Amino acid sequence: MSDNKQALQVAALKNGTVIDHIPSDKLFTVVTLLELQNSDSNITIGNNFESKKLGKKGIIKVADRFFTDEEISRLSVVAPNVKLNIIRDYEVVEKKQVQMPQELRGIVKCANPKCITNNEPMTTLFHVIDKEHGVLKCHYCEKEQSKEGIKLL
Amino acid sequence: MENRSLVTIAEHSKERILYLLEMAKEFEKKPNRKILDGKVVATLFFEPSTRTRLSFETAANRLGARVIGFTDPKVTSSSKGETLKDTIMMVSNYADIIVMRHFLEGAARYASEVAPVPVVNAGDGANQHPSQTMLDLYSIYKTQGTLENLNIYLVGDLKYGRTVHSLLMAMRHFNPTFHFIAPEELKMPEEYKIYCKEHHIKYKEYTDFNEETIADADILYMTRVQRERFTDLMEYERVKDVYILRNKMLEHTRPNLRILHPLPRVNEIAYDVDENPKAYYFQQAQNGLYARQAILCDVLGITLDDVIEDAKK
Ligand SMILES: [Zn+2]
Repeated sequence: MSDNKQALQVAALKNGTVIDHIPSDKLFTVVTLLELQNSDSNITIGNNFESKKLGKKGIIKVADRFFTDEEISRLSVVAPNVKLNIIRDYEVVEKKQVQMPQELRGIVKCANPKCITNNEPMTTLFHVIDKEHGVLKCHYCEKEQSKEGIKLL
Repeated sequence: MENRSLVTIAEHSKERILYLLEMAKEFEKKPNRKILDGKVVATLFFEPSTRTRLSFETAANRLGARVIGFTDPKVTSSSKGETLKDTIMMVSNYADIIVMRHFLEGAARYASEVAPVPVVNAGDGANQHPSQTMLDLYSIYKTQGTLENLNIYLVGDLKYGRTVHSLLMAMRHFNPTFHFIAPEELKMPEEYKIYCKEHHIKYKEYTDFNEETIADADILYMTRVQRERFTDLMEYERVKDVYILRNKMLEHTRPNLRILHPLPRVNEIAYDVDENPKAYYFQQAQNGLYARQAILCDVLGITLDDVIEDAKK
């Protein structure tokens, strides 16, 4: 049975977005990054489904909601391999992947305790200097950090 | 209006660096002027640094500007919980330029983004200290007649030494050969060696510091080896006297060699070196005045032509 059909079985979606291949331990981080906790949409969240690639995965289905590329790019630091299926009239009309953006604003916390961003009420900003390896550079203190050490705000 | 703040010179082009050095040269010819008459320069030192503050304030005073500011964070509202932004916005109402020293990294970048007036970074934590780099470049340029193709020896604490990192990056335009002389615990960090490779900067590394290693030096840049930087105090005891420059080591060095040090020194340059004509660290500090005069004018949009024209008055 394909992943798509498995996803659809949770609850059929007429229009909206299926976010698939979420690592199980990142499921609720994805919810937070997309601000789904404040959403009025009809949302189905499933977790710990079997996955050949991930072992266990989570799936989120959001009715009548289509995410912008900016919103999707927020997921790049925690779940870069997430797949999005855009559903219209029960059919997958488009598949989207997460793209690492040029910069990340207000998403990542700087690991440097002496950075101004950790001591002043302000928005963090990181430049992505190596998309492949997920290396970020703080716009303010200029310290680099790798994907492994990244903490979200 | 374009914000002309000086946060770092790491991204400055070769032309821009040479342009600022030309301007510093003009101020050295005539340091006392009225070109900043009527301007107010605020020096905000959230962390004390007497040398840097005196240098900036002298630069401003000799150009006819007035100076306001504070040094001790305890007397300002930052200890009452005021944000940096609020302090900057308040001071921007009074001053035409803000010169800021802060203990937090990135503070100058942030201040330059929120301030309606230009901000000059006078040091932000371990991050950047562009006016120090400008005066180092000016000292090298002045003593060697060029910045091109020089043998530059960096000695001492190359791990935490912010000034040597900034100098290394600023020199990338000028085809230098760097020689890194440091104890194992304080050697040049990997990221700067990668930077060298990426920018085709030649370098060699040594742990020995003696007459032979420095024989081909054009510039010997000394830094402090501080006890508190060592995790292993045995190592400190072993190396503390190794990275000291003594006058007799200079006997067979090149005639054009000049010795630089960001000051204050502790014991890494023996006092007998002071009398040697190759010692340049006190003049180097004086060059800071001209470099900072150039920086203050540049952030206000005063050009090299304006400065040359002004000298005729
Ligand atoms: Zn930072």
